[in-house]
Amino acid sequence: MPGFDFSNYNRNAALHARGVPLPKATSTGTTIVGCIYEGGVVIAADTRATSGPIVADKNCEKLHFISPNIWCAGAGTAADTEFTTALISSQLELHSLSTGRKPRVVTVMTMLKQHLFRYQGHIGAYLVVAGVDPTGTHLFTVHAHGSTDKLPYVTMGSGSLAAMSVFETQWKSKLTQDEAVKLCADAIEAGIWNDLGSGSNVDVAIITPEKTILKRNYIKPNERTQKLKSYVFPKGTTAVLNEKITIRKQDIGNFVSISDLTEAETGDKMEVDT
Amino acid sequence: MAMFSQNPLLNGPNYSFSEAPKFNAPEGAREHRFDPYTDNGGSTLAIAGADFTIMAGDTRLTSGYSINSRFHPKVFKIGGTTSDQSDATLVLSVVGFSADGEALKERLDAICKMYRYRHGKPMSVKACAQRLSTILYQKRFFPYYAYAILGGLDEEGKGAVYSYDPVGSYEREQCRAGGAAASLIMPFLDNQVNFKNQFIPGSGEGHALQERERRPLSRQEVETLVKDAFDGAVERHIEVGDGLQMMIITKEGIEEVVLPLKRD
Repeated sequence: MPGFDFSNYNRNAALHARGVPLPKATSTGTTIVGCIYEGGVVIAADTRATSGPIVADKNCEKLHFISPNIWCAGAGTAADTEFTTALISSQLELHSLSTGRKPRVVTVMTMLKQHLFRYQGHIGAYLVVAGVDPTGTHLFTVHAHGSTDKLPYVTMGSGSLAAMSVFETQWKSKLTQDEAVKLCADAIEAGIWNDLGSGSNVDVAIITPEKTILKRNYIKPNERTQKLKSYVFPKGTTAVLNEKITIRKQDIGNFVSISDLTEAETGDKMEVDT
Repeated sequence: MAMFSQNPLLNGPNYSFSEAPKFNAPEGAREHRFDPYTDNGGSTLAIAGADFTIMAGDTRLTSGYSINSRFHPKVFKIGGTTSDQSDATLVLSVVGFSADGEALKERLDAICKMYRYRHGKPMSVKACAQRLSTILYQKRFFPYYAYAILGGLDEEGKGAVYSYDPVGSYEREQCRAGGAAASLIMPFLDNQVNFKNQFIPGSGEGHALQERERRPLSRQEVETLVKDAFDGAVERHIEVGDGLQMMIITKEGIEEVVLPLKRD
């Protein structure tokens, strides 16, 4: 059977009735924006993911790939934005293969809204869809309940009011690419500073008929402040109550194959305290 | 309803007007709600040294996902003879519902002032701590929704920190974190102030290992810990940020320091 697994539904409903709270999902209490300019479209997002008042990820990616010339910015439940965009991206590729045409932004928007409407808002994905296709440059918003808008500039997420205030004061009908990027980045920054659900860095994607440029961490206005003191403990500080060695370090090669990755293969560096 | 909750403190004070019994309500009766409390976020921290006490708090005031103010102090000098509190000897920090916190501060300040006028000497921390507990418990069934920490120097001149729950249970401690990021900061303090879970390398085996001996921290060391604790809290808690206000209480008086924190 395709679709979601509902086998725990009755059990969870019973538990919920007895006062067990629902598990807390990671939400991208977010600022995402999009803006059309002469010759393309720009979308941008902050990089904070939260779980209640706790920052779950300081540098997450909210710009999702749909096709090389169509990208999505996602707000709402992190898992829902991630899986919904991946699902539609996959269906779109098959659709494009069977029709032999390049994928269109309206197609993506329609597939998304039909998918989300079917689930009556339970899939908490709030999306900004942007792209360039043979019919032109397009920008849409799609809400979790299935409604859509087609506008020259859009904002979504908990920081949407902060971001929209920037668009409403600075937007004009004829923008250059640099102006559009600056406007989107400024709108995201307004969310970063003034909305607690948004924070950390600015990601930007510029989509033109020729190519898409993804600028990961385009602005990093929130570098971690240096610790004043080193918190390295001398070796042996932690009490060891018992130890059992099952595989010695020199024998580990017998069980797994090890190879060092080159700089190019490692991808994003994880933030680690020294 | 809250019986499965892991942490009763996270559910606010454990009673609510919305949980009032409604089994006697007549047919068609409307239920009225009364929500007098808001959580304004933020965090506080207090550490007692050998001859000083440091009280600190961030200066952000929030409600929901909004920042109401980037500079709204929650650490106050208490019981000075003048309005600028220049000759105060005590410091009170309050976090939780800021309106209640400030009302509590005003009350305690007035009481300390009256004491000083009547007796010709400032109130001791010990006496003030007991009085604060009484004030809180007097409102047992409509509490001040504030987590208070009182700091000063005791009769021997040693640093003293008293921490409270919203209904007046209190305790003298070496250090205490309060508010939104208390659960993030407190374990750090246990480890770095009281050296919990630290043992002397090579001093024994397993349970016989010798614990690292506690020593009084210098003022500079404590200021460093406070700044690092808040920088850490700002990274992971959305309600903490903007500014760090510190009050250092010594026998010379109270010094105030304000440092910037991240604003996102």
